[in-house]
Amino acid sequence: MPSDISDKKVKFLEEKALEIRELIIEMLLNAGSGHSAGPLGMADVFSSLYFHTLNHIPSKPDWEERDRLVLSNGHICPVRYAAMALSGYFPLSELKTLRQLGSRLQGHPHRTSLPGLETTSGPLGEGVSQAIGIALAGKMNKKDYHVYVVTGDGEHDEGNIWESVMMGARYKLDNLTVIIDRNNIQIDGFTEDVMPLESLKNKYESFGWHAEDIDGNNIREIVLTLDKVKTIHEMPSVIIARTIPGKGVHFMENNYYWHGNPPNKEQAKMAMKDLRTLKNKIESEY
Amino acid sequence: MINKDLQLNEFLFSSGVTNIATRDGYGEGLLSLAQENENIVVLTADLAESTRVDKFEEKYPDRFFECGISEQNMVAVAAGLGVTGKRVFTSSYATFSPGKNWETIRTTVCYNDSDVKIAGHHAGIMTAQDGATHQATEDIALVRCLPNMKVFVPADYFEAIRITEYVGKIYGPAYIRFSREKTPVITTEKTPFEPGENFSYWVSDKPECIIFATGYLLYFSLLAAKKLKEEGIEVEVVNVSSIKPINEENIVNKVKDVRKVVTVEDHQVAGGMGSMISEILSKECPSQISFMGLQDRFGESGKSFELVSKFGLDDVGIKNTVLNLLKK
Ligand SMILES: Cc1ncc(C[n+]2csc(CCOP(=O)(O)OP(=O)(O)O)c2C)c(N)n1
Ligand SMILES: [Mg+2]
Repeated sequence: MPSDISDKKVKFLEEKALEIRELIIEMLLNAGSGHSAGPLGMADVFSSLYFHTLNHIPSKPDWEERDRLVLSNGHICPVRYAAMALSGYFPLSELKTLRQLGSRLQGHPHRTSLPGLETTSGPLGEGVSQAIGIALAGKMNKKDYHVYVVTGDGEHDEGNIWESVMMGARYKLDNLTVIIDRNNIQIDGFTEDVMPLESLKNKYESFGWHAEDIDGNNIREIVLTLDKVKTIHEMPSVIIARTIPGKGVHFMENNYYWHGNPPNKEQAKMAMKDLRTLKNKIESEY
Repeated sequence: MINKDLQLNEFLFSSGVTNIATRDGYGEGLLSLAQENENIVVLTADLAESTRVDKFEEKYPDRFFECGISEQNMVAVAAGLGVTGKRVFTSSYATFSPGKNWETIRTTVCYNDSDVKIAGHHAGIMTAQDGATHQATEDIALVRCLPNMKVFVPADYFEAIRITEYVGKIYGPAYIRFSREKTPVITTEKTPFEPGENFSYWVSDKPECIIFATGYLLYFSLLAAKKLKEEGIEVEVVNVSSIKPINEENIVNKVKDVRKVVTVEDHQVAGGMGSMISEILSKECPSQISFMGLQDRFGESGKSFELVSKFGLDDVGIKNTVLNLLKK
């Protein structure tokens, strides 16, 4: 288990995250509807998962030994679709079909439409339970795969989440890691105004989980934490990834308007300009 | 021809017909209810703006409660409020309420007979690009089978106002179904709504087929009726906005001399409005029925009117279904 990661690898993952962000903007512009803030904020986590952490073979999405990634907050699926296309699950050109009639890229992920999605999601609160099922099967079948679940912070309003959190501890599922997109927004406003969640870390710990609280837009921190939680035994882990919703596009950052709206042509142009500036910055930093 | 007694929108068949979403009618209805009755309370589960209760929240912050994303919790809280003399509207998407929280509604609202109204928004394939997870196509079936529950599906914006105001004036559990998309305004402020009565919007002295339509698909049914008339075929079109209660005799009287029926709904054909019509007719007036709606499959992502055509629920699809039925 590496306790550090090279600058070169970090740079590679940061570049992939930027490519994911560019693809998200293009997809949403094309679709004319969909969610912007969540996907952009989670691009660094998805880059880390798909290009570093997950043990997977994109050309063999049904490979028995693969790590499983469950997306519980299905509305941020553009970030997953972009990461999947970039890693070779399907052609990049297919991203243009998002939300269109006949597309495999449904507005919310549909398991049997697209190989590589482990579950169907959109209705919130249902992912951790399904991941527990997949993790229990892993233990029953003596498989080494690890199960990752990405969830929203607002999604933690759902009682179902806490039912599954109790059960994860009950069965000591150390092959399970929950990643929370802690971006502080949901539809009706800031999470702490709509329904206060803090302290999420204490809540999980008191439920018997190993908890980490990190900067979810810092690739080095994400990757090292993902490596670390795999070494925790006899309990499931949660990573509270503090992200900036809309990260990378200045006018979308921290503004809950962008939870459920796509950019128009003008806004997409501005967004791409922001992302190109960031690209140049990465180049010059390393 | 159009039923003149109902004072429908005179621009109904013009290409520039006004489109307004039924959820906007819900928001309007709530505001007028709140003004008259201070016991009206509104709850939402992180969907204030899209279920159009944001204005109510602004105007009556003391009677508005944000439950966060917790549909099960929301209806049970509503049930608690509803047994204390409050009249509570819960606002979420139909897939989650009455979908996700169905048993809680069954016990705490219906069996408990609490004064709770369930507003099920974004119903049907009209929820469009979000895809099947967000397109409630089973909600009518879910609520129709619950004792004590009243069930209404407004066909347009004005009817949505009237139905919201009606359920806000009576005690007890009720469900109202709304769509996200802007749809044609069919009625006017003068058009009657009476619970249990379902009026014929297109009438004829000698119809060959009776079309029962619910929700915005009434519009496409009326368009189909007009096209059929141009081809010399007379039909009658009934707006089934009142699913429960329902005047069964009224339904039988419309059909008994015709015995050919088409039902049209943005819902699974199993358990929906069409099922209800066939339950009524099979008792005293067995008829040939073509059921239009989703035929035991989920919806999918796409543009809203594109999906209506794909599932054959537009005027062309309805007209062809009538023609096929008449050949049988
Ligand atoms: C059960 C359920 N209720 C309501 C919704 C509607 N909805 C979609 S996203 C969302 C907010 C989710 O907040 P969060 O998990 O923080 O995601 P973010 O807005 O940060 O992307 C809501 C209420 C839903 N998808 N599922
Ligand atoms: Mg959030």
